[in-house]
Amino acid sequence: MSTPRTSRATPFWALSRAILRGFVRDRTAVFFAVVFPLMFLVLFGGLFSDQSVGKVDMIVVGDVSLIDDLPADADASFGATFDVTHSDDLDDAIAQVRKGDADVAVEQQGQTLVAHYTQTDPAKAGITAGALQALVDGTNLAVTGQPPTYSLDVESVEDESLDTIQYYTPGLLGWAVAMSAAFGAAATIQGWRQTKLLRRLQLAPVSTRTVVGARVSVTVSVALVQMAIFIGVGALFFGLTLTGAWWMAIPLLVVGTLCFMSIGLLAGAITKTQEGAVNAANFMVLPMAFLSGSFFPLEGAPQWLQTFSQVLPLKHLNDGMLDVMVRGEPWTAALLPMLFLAVFATVVTLIAARLFRWETT
Amino acid sequence: MTAAIEVIGLTKTYGDLRAVDGVDLTVGEGEFVGILGPNGAGKTTLLEMVEGLREPTAGSASVLGLPAWPRNAALLPRIGVQLQASSFFERLTAREQIHTFASLYGVAASRADEWLERVGLVEKADSRVEQLSGGQAQRLSIACALVHDPEVVFLDEPTAALDPQARRNLWDLLSGINDSGRTVVLTTHYMDEAEALADRVAIMDHGKLLVFDTPAALIHGLDAPTRITLTDGEVLTTREPAVEIARLAEQSRLDGVRVQTGTLEDVFLDLTGREYRA
Repeated sequence: MSTPRTSRATPFWALSRAILRGFVRDRTAVFFAVVFPLMFLVLFGGLFSDQSVGKVDMIVVGDVSLIDDLPADADASFGATFDVTHSDDLDDAIAQVRKGDADVAVEQQGQTLVAHYTQTDPAKAGITAGALQALVDGTNLAVTGQPPTYSLDVESVEDESLDTIQYYTPGLLGWAVAMSAAFGAAATIQGWRQTKLLRRLQLAPVSTRTVVGARVSVTVSVALVQMAIFIGVGALFFGLTLTGAWWMAIPLLVVGTLCFMSIGLLAGAITKTQEGAVNAANFMVLPMAFLSGSFFPLEGAPQWLQTFSQVLPLKHLNDGMLDVMVRGEPWTAALLPMLFLAVFATVVTLIAARLFRWETT
Repeated sequence: MTAAIEVIGLTKTYGDLRAVDGVDLTVGEGEFVGILGPNGAGKTTLLEMVEGLREPTAGSASVLGLPAWPRNAALLPRIGVQLQASSFFERLTAREQIHTFASLYGVAASRADEWLERVGLVEKADSRVEQLSGGQAQRLSIACALVHDPEVVFLDEPTAALDPQARRNLWDLLSGINDSGRTVVLTTHYMDEAEALADRVAIMDHGKLLVFDTPAALIHGLDAPTRITLTDGEVLTTREPAVEIARLAEQSRLDGVRVQTGTLEDVFLDLTGREYRA
């Protein structure tokens, strides 16, 4: 009863292909799995990438010998702090400061340097005042002809806090994967139950393992594609640099996917409609994303919240990925999060299996 | 006659509700059997127990000599099922759909294409299942149930929710599917459908099997009088229609007469004492 020349897919591949096609053709699902989280990455990456204060716009009114006669090396460091323009009209310069077009207007009255500035931007105001004071002090010292008794040497220390993109790429990726895994599982279990496809598959000579395996492998593949896109966009456009054991993020993400599929499974088991299942999954994943540091670091959050976040799987997924992807921790740093996620997945799957009903009524 | 399906004392209770109540049923190989009854009569529950989807509370069901419950992997390739809902993978085309089901049964794609042709869906092969009409979706669903050439086919209300035209179109397809000696069990709540398609009809109500016989025998067993309706609206009720019609012919009053023997509806009325309401 077979025609030997035609190709024949194994049940596993046939199911995987059918599920993948169903996903790729679902524009909403693709949008929420890939485009939506990517929008946040671009948004956060763009918004917060330059957290340092920009240069101070300075208008030099008339002749200011103090600034005009700076030695070459001092002029260079002065130029790093100030963007200097010249003007002869003091009133116009002050008006510009008032409107916010310039940060400070400077004039020299005899031996006194007079700075007109606003307090609108306290950081810039502080920098301006400090820099000008240092300039005057330095000049005073130079005029005495004495070598300075004390000197300051600045050495930068590797900061514990991370660059914006370094922090947000793993966090938002964790959220994206959590969302698509949970939604995918919830929508599948409800949709297939509603249309009785689950029953229909039960009557086909394929094992439950094959069906579940196909569904899981599609979601895991989608998660890995999400990861590739996130890392690609982060590295190409926002200067993301991965650290040594970043590849450990792959098995970590796989376990994380399983964990969030189990949450979706639970959402599917306790609800009666597909919309209800997706909403329930959303209800569990979205607050968790906030409480797990996907959108902002938790360092500033109250202690009880930080303690509570330790029971959330997304917190462990995010932490593990931060450790291996950008914090330069060794590969072993991912092991504990993986264990936590695996245990969580097992427990939730068992609960979901107990609550699952074949019929919706 | 070898039994393709053997059901003995099959019962399913949900709390106080006896959804299926002690049903005995034997279906021979190659037979086309219709299970008829109003909504909620227990047809689907009966079918799902015979398919091996539900565990019976009591009694037993066997298909092709093998017990239906628990799920029997050796039996599955030999039966085909169409469930009440359109059980499709979302957003696949008709062709992708049947190819997927073919792969589940280890059947080549070319055979799946043959089935698409047989149910008249070649032109719709590249349409997504969501875009198919009700009748087209049912045809695809039936093709998916038959793609592995099963020996026994279960069709659960394949014509429900179809308009009369689509229903008639589907009958043509259904009446041919046991040509090759396949056993077919179909549930329906349409009297005319059971009468037109089935070799034997089982009438169910409140979970019980009331009768199981050929439509002709059921109607004959009623011993109901024949009703002859004349064009002027006069209705003659007789137990000797031949005599009556001969008399009408002599009087040249045969033009436009309608002759009605009993129907399955009368059988239902006779058995339950109430009108049949699907």
